[in-house]
Amino acid sequence: MAEETLSVRSLTGVEMTLPIAGPGTRCYGFLTDWLIRLLGALIWLLIASLLRLAPGIQGRLDAHTVWVGGIVLALITYFLYQPVAEILTKGRTPGLRTAEARIVTLEGTTPGIGALVIRNVFRLIDCLPIFYVVGLVTCMLTPRRVRLGDIVAGTVMVRTDAAAGPALDRLGAQARRTRLPVEALALVHDLLERWSTLEETRRNELARSLLTKLDGEFAARGAALDGAALRARLEELLGGEQRV
Amino acid sequence: MAANSESDAAIWVREHACEWQALAADSAAAAQRSEATVEEALRTLRAYRILARHLATVRELMPGGVLTAILERTCAQLHTAVNRPPRLTRARWARLFRDDIPAAAASVRVLTLWLAALLVASAMAGWWLINTYPQLISLIASPKMIDGVEHGHLWTYQILSIAPPAMLSARIIENNVMVVLAAFCFGILFGLGAFYIVAFNGLSIGGLLAFTHRHGLGLELLKFTLAHGFVELSVICLAAAAGTALGESVIRPQCATRAESLRRRAAELAPLLLACALLLLGSGLIEGFISPHPAITLAARLAIGLGYWALMLLWLSGRLRIRAARAQVRLTESRH
Repeated sequence: MAEETLSVRSLTGVEMTLPIAGPGTRCYGFLTDWLIRLLGALIWLLIASLLRLAPGIQGRLDAHTVWVGGIVLALITYFLYQPVAEILTKGRTPGLRTAEARIVTLEGTTPGIGALVIRNVFRLIDCLPIFYVVGLVTCMLTPRRVRLGDIVAGTVMVRTDAAAGPALDRLGAQARRTRLPVEALALVHDLLERWSTLEETRRNELARSLLTKLDGEFAARGAALDGAALRARLEELLGGEQRV
Repeated sequence: MAANSESDAAIWVREHACEWQALAADSAAAAQRSEATVEEALRTLRAYRILARHLATVRELMPGGVLTAILERTCAQLHTAVNRPPRLTRARWARLFRDDIPAAAASVRVLTLWLAALLVASAMAGWWLINTYPQLISLIASPKMIDGVEHGHLWTYQILSIAPPAMLSARIIENNVMVVLAAFCFGILFGLGAFYIVAFNGLSIGGLLAFTHRHGLGLELLKFTLAHGFVELSVICLAAAAGTALGESVIRPQCATRAESLRRRAAELAPLLLACALLLLGSGLIEGFISPHPAITLAARLAIGLGYWALMLLWLSGRLRIRAARAQVRLTESRH
């Protein structure tokens, strides 16, 4: 049975949970990184090709040496990108940032270089026989959705939520401005946060239902309001503009 | 009771909401920062403590609410940002090379000797096999290699004429690193993968020696391998021993669970991989630039090979550190 979250204990003893990234998020992050390193390798080959053709270079450098140098640099970029990027970004490679994920230890902390090296070394087994089949199968079968390298290194891939900080910021500002009860404030805030992701008829229905309970004026005359007007009214209730 | 708790929650939220904007800003800054001043670090720690306290309170007042979820997400992100390993300073690197690598090597010393014995035994088996059934050489060597030896020249010198030494070194290093990593990783299969890789390498070495010996090129092959072979084969045994140790940690766990035992052993042995990679870099350069060079004499090759091997043994046994410490003591005494 797969676990949805990783429970960790903070330094103050308060428990919190980190959402575990599934195979889809992992694949998305990996493929983005793979495209970056492929592009990096191709750029080296392109530079080597251009250098071979450049008229100023032709007399001074051996064409074979330039080409061999280009291949070596391309191979280094391709094979070392992943471990180097993970170490430099502390488990948040550009691909993982795009997929809104990061690598953490089982305690929810930033992993050290040793753990990151070990998880990359074990790609040798995870990528067998082709296209990371072993890694993918292990990822699907293990409760924490980890591949073999993660098991050995003691790491987990979790989803990050870049919107959490700004959401807390907005909620703090709204709580000071609004006269709504706290539970209602949380509901209105949540609806506005998810406004763009909800289906139009559904979000309008939810907005009407909330406004009917919270706003006396709306109950009397607001049944005909459209989506934009409903959102504006909800923002007014929160005491100002919602910056999403 | 419900009304009471709601009003408590409302009062608490209005009292503390003013802090959240600053906390959110601190949290975002901490996640982005790679380095922090003492002041910034203290401010982040303060934000972390306050957020954790607020989270605990909100969980009591409004369990399962939106505010709880937002605080928990922010707090978890700050937790990851706050708990990060220290930066690798020069002192930490020095400790890694002086203490951690020799300690990791010492922890697999007996296993390394056993694997070296397996390598020697497999080489002897390979020698006997090819001496007895010469046609089996096709299992070990490519048709091109066999053809070359049958015509009186080694494949090792053909390589040099095709590829420049730098490219040759890069290819050799890449190949050796892959073998070493495979010996380490496949050791997790209860050590069987590491045994297989060592035995196969031993069998190939013994078989090729027997085959070249039959065609009068045995000494030539030995001459080629002398400068780099000692370290290269030792590193394979070392990596295989580390892999076997991983497998052993699964078979005979030293911790509460097998996974935890495996994690701990892997963390202990990780520095050894760095040592193996560095040693292979050296032996790859020797193999690319020195070994194929026909002008370098047998004595010079032997001196390079044994010298590099002795350096490796001194480093991995920790004696290099003791000598350096003694030299430091002598230097301090002479100053006084």
